[in-house]
Order: sequence, then structure tokens, then C-alpha cells
Amino acid sequence: MATNNPPLLEVKNLRVEFPTRRGTLLAVDNVSFEISPGEVLGVVGESGAGKSLTGNAIIGLLEPPGRIAAGEIRLEGRRIDNLPYEEMRKVRGARIGAIFQDPLTSLNPLYSVGRQLVETIQTHKQLSATAARARALELLKEVGIPAAEHRIDHYPHQFSGGMRQRVVIALALCADPRLIVADEPTTALDVSIQAQIIALLKRLCREHKTAVMLVTHDMGVIAETADRVAVMYAGRIAEIGPVRDVIKNAQHPYTRGLMGSIPHLEERGERLTQIDGSMPRLTEIPRGCAFNPRCTLRGERCMVDRPELMAAGASRAACWLHDERGVGPSVATELANA
Amino acid sequence: MPEFVQIDGLKRYFDVSAPWLVRKIENRPRQIVQAVDGVDITIAKGETFSLVGESGCGKSTVARLVVGLYPPTAGTIEFDGHDMAQRRGGAETSALRRRLQMIFQDPYASLNPRWRVFDIIAEPIRAFGLAKDKADLRQQVEDLLRQVRLTPADGAKFPHEFSGGQRQRISIARALASRPEFLVCDEPTSALDVSVQAQILNLMMDLQRRLQLTYLFISHNLAVVYHISTRVGVMYLGRVVEQAPTETLFRRPKHPYTRMLLDTIPDLEMTGRQRTPVGGEVPSPINPPSGCTFHPRCPFANERCKVEPPKSLPVEGGSVACHGIEEGRIPVEERSYEKAS
Repeated sequence: MATNNPPLLEVKNLRVEFPTRRGTLLAVDNVSFEISPGEVLGVVGESGAGKSLTGNAIIGLLEPPGRIAAGEIRLEGRRIDNLPYEEMRKVRGARIGAIFQDPLTSLNPLYSVGRQLVETIQTHKQLSATAARARALELLKEVGIPAAEHRIDHYPHQFSGGMRQRVVIALALCADPRLIVADEPTTALDVSIQAQIIALLKRLCREHKTAVMLVTHDMGVIAETADRVAVMYAGRIAEIGPVRDVIKNAQHPYTRGLMGSIPHLEERGERLTQIDGSMPRLTEIPRGCAFNPRCTLRGERCMVDRPELMAAGASRAACWLHDERGVGPSVATELANA
Repeated sequence: MPEFVQIDGLKRYFDVSAPWLVRKIENRPRQIVQAVDGVDITIAKGETFSLVGESGCGKSTVARLVVGLYPPTAGTIEFDGHDMAQRRGGAETSALRRRLQMIFQDPYASLNPRWRVFDIIAEPIRAFGLAKDKADLRQQVEDLLRQVRLTPADGAKFPHEFSGGQRQRISIARALASRPEFLVCDEPTSALDVSVQAQILNLMMDLQRRLQLTYLFISHNLAVVYHISTRVGVMYLGRVVEQAPTETLFRRPKHPYTRMLLDTIPDLEMTGRQRTPVGGEVPSPINPPSGCTFHPRCPFANERCKVEPPKSLPVEGGSVACHGIEEGRIPVEERSYEKAS
């Protein structure tokens, strides 16, 4: 790499397709981004925006018939999107860790948590059984499980939801990965537990210098955790930039609407800003900008040409508003709805 | 004059014991979950009263008790002066039932997938005999659909043809069909995306103003509760630990649990507001802690809190159940949520 600070993860023009009987669905459409070592990138969007699929594509766990149709994913400069299954298995766990939404389904109910940790440690590291168990215990203590010496032999069902998610985080950290893909890690948890898990994830990543791709629908979690954020809409990135800029000074009309629709404590308005309509189905993504039927600032150009990410303030946004030629003459709402 | 909705000493216990034979063989005791353990609430006409709390605190059970989906173990629920538990003749009960309706959390599970939307919405109108004839029925359903910003043509479709937000609109239209005065909403927006949540919350607020509705709103999302409610009750392990007008509760929270909950709201404005994540988890309602049930997680707990359950005492337009507040040992806290410039 020529640059001083090569990215840890590089995703370039990623396309994820789902061949179905009624034609091919494009679930992730030309998505590119990078994650630097130790950085937390938030990926936010509403259901069906393609954020989880992007995460799954990176860890090589796309559910068939979903497949990567184009583009490439590089981890530390090495291409990982076309690795054979066994090769990818070695990368996953050792270089990339994964945390999923539901801690109960990501743990094996038949093995004690200690055994699961030891197994994972021994898969990726040359350690004796005793040393691996000592390491497992250390990890459990690190993620804040009380009485870890005792709890290590317990089974997943004996833990509460928050404690289970801590165990899952310990599992993800087993082999000191460089990157963790966390898919909605706090969504299934209660608010008070959610705050604990976010604080834990933040602390551990800082200490281990692990980069995180944090996939969530919760802007609050992003605001608390991420360094940069990518906002996804209908399989595309609408806006990407430093978290402060995206939240407080959004450049894409969708991001602006999304931020306005979240009830704030700071402003108790009479009404929330609302974006009318809903995200298009993957079979009916409109021509031009995918957001155009719901956009209040839409122009003629938005209906025809698809905007790519372009510089907008401190961020980059996929919106013609930031192009020097602008959006073109505005189109009457009636015309668009017809 | 009695309040519009008055709930006194409401309790609901669930028996979760193993079967009789297993209990006898293994010599196990009965196990009772005290899901709701003495709740007193009054709701005035036209206001939105919200119940917040974490999962398992009993807030949804209260909602189901209020609409009569569960019979209470103890306590009374009075609706506009009528005791809901009292047995009456069919006509009188049905007249009372018409006036309160419920909106459920999951719009995928609460609509019959085999019915057309028209029939789903028309069912309460038919059941209570509110339409003069077929034309009137059609007219009413079409008005309801328009009221929730759907089109009359949507009546011919089935629920699976709609998105989550649209389905929740159908649920609302159905709840409004019997022209109720009181709506119990159990996490109506929790299954929805934020932009759709905003649409539903706006719709609910518009409808409340137009139809003079009273809401009992159940949610775990404090920001949503702050936005929509007139008064808020905070529940913990089956009890209401604090209730107060919304502004008071958010600006000057009294109970340590309320303060903890407020600390968990993510700081979207990134003001750098100090937040202290409190350790510990909600204990099991089968064996709740002695005394004040919050004492194992409370930074202010002392010996008295471990032994004596606190009583609810009136303070500043609401009430709070905490020994520390009663004795004045917990410092007063003033919170502001000013927008950072």
C-alpha cells in the first residue's frame, strides 16, 4: 500500500444479489467503504436497507441463494470475498470476529460457555487445554461476568440476556481479531443493559485496538459509539462521514428526515418530522436516486440519473444537491406520484 | 367526582409452578410470579398516561388487565365510574367494552391474515351494531381508512400486502371503529422503523386531538414517552415506583431507578451529557428482593431499604415510593436537556 495508513478493511463496489423466481433482487448495490485500524464504523438504516447483508458478506456468511455478484472485499490488503470455505473459516474468528443480535442463538445450548470458549481459542491458537481455560477465564472476567470461576462451567440458559451477550463478546475476542462485525448487538436487550454492553464494547475495542463495524438501526447507539457512520437506504449508501457531522449536519435529505423523525429530549415539538411513504421494495427501486419518491427537494435529474457519493461538507453524500449542476428543475409532486 | 380511569391496588399473580405430580415427586414448592403487585393509577380524560419500564416489569400485564384480557388477582379498575370486574347484563358490559379498545405491539400478529382489511375494520362496527345498513357500514369503514391516511381501495386487500407501518394504521383504524374514548396502546411503535414510528406517533397525536381520546401508552422507549405523554409512571418489578407529570419526571427525577433509566437514553445531540451506566440486572419476579425491590441495584440503599417496602408518597404533582426520598437523604437533581450550540 502506498499510503501511510492503509485501511484495515476495504469494500469496493460490493453487490449482493438474490436470484428468485421473479427475477434477481439487488439487495446491496455498489457499496464502497473503508475501515481503518481501531476505528468504529457505524452502519445505520431501516429494515431492508441492506446493512446486515453487507456485514454478512464481509464475514462470508451470506445465506444462499444470496451471493456476492460483483465487487471485492479486502482485509489487510488480502482479498477475502472469493476465498474457499475452509480458508474463510480460518479468517473468520482469527482476523474477523462476529457478534449477532440474539445471544441465545449464537451460543450452543449443549456446551458450557467455558467449553465453547476453550474450543474457539484452541481452533485459532496453539495453546494447551489448561492454558486455554485460563485464557477463557481471563476473557470472562474482562467482559464483566461476576464470579467467573464459577460461571465458566454454566450453560447458556443459566445466563441472563445481558450476560449472554457478554459471553458472545468474549467469544468474538478469543483470537484477538483485528475487526469485529457486530450486527445489532444491543437490540434484543433492555435499555439499562444496552448501555452497559455499549460501554463494554467501546472499552474493549479501545484496549485491544480492534476495529468495529457496528450494524444497527438505532441512531442513539451509533451516536454513542461510532467514529464514522454510513447511512444506508435501499441497498445503497446515502451518506457517509464523521458521526458528528452526519448527526448534526446531515447532507442527504434522507439522513435529515431520519434524524428529525427520532424523538429528542432536547426539543419537545408538537409533531415529529416525518418522511412520508416507506422504503421501496427491492423489486420496485425507482430509477435515478432510490429516495426520489419520498424526497421533498427532488429535481428532474434525480428521476433519471443515479447519484454516486460526492463530497458534501465534511461527509460524502449520494445526492445531486451537492453536485455543481444541482438537481435540475424541480418536479411537481403529482407528477412523481403518478 | 371519580377520575375517568381509576386503578386501585391492582394485582395479578401468575402460577408458573411445575405440574402437580412433578412437584410432589421432587418436593418443589409452588412458584408464583408477581407480575403486577399493587398498582394505583388515575388517568384523566383526554390525557396520555404512559407506563415505562424494562421487560418483565409488568407494564404489558397492566395493559391487558385494564382492557379485561386478564382478570385481576386483586384490586379494582374503574372506568368512568363503572367497576370493570362487576358482572352485569350482556348489553351493559358490551356498552362499556365498546368505549375502550386496544392497539397491540406486533401488527404482523394482531391482524387476521385470512380476512380482508375491510372486514377486519368492519368487525367491531358489526359486533356492536353501530351501522344502520350496508351502505352506512361501507361509508364508516372508508372514513376510518381515510382517517389513518390509507385509501378506501385498500379495504379490498389482505394484511400481507401492507408494510409494518401500514398494518399498524389498520390496527388503529380497527381500534377506532367502535368509536372508543379510551385506547390502551401496548408498545404500538416498538416493531417499527424510526421514520415509520414518527408517522404513527404523529397520527396518534392528531387523532387524540380530533376525537378527544384518552391513551394509556405502554413503552420502553423513554424518548417516545417524553414526546407523547402528559403524565408518566415508571414501573419496576410489578410496582409503580414513581409517577409524575412528564416535564417534572424528566427534569427533576426523584426515584433512583427513574434516574438510572434517564441515564440510558442515548445522547443524540452529543452534548457530552454525563451518563452513569448502572450495574446489575432486573431480578426475577418469582423471588423479588426483600424490602424495596430496587435495593440491590440502588446506590443509595441502606438497611431500611433491605427490610421495609417503601410506600408511595405524594411529591410535586406525582408520587414516589422511596425511603431515601422520604428521609431526604438522596440529593435533589435538576436535569436540563439544552441543545448544544
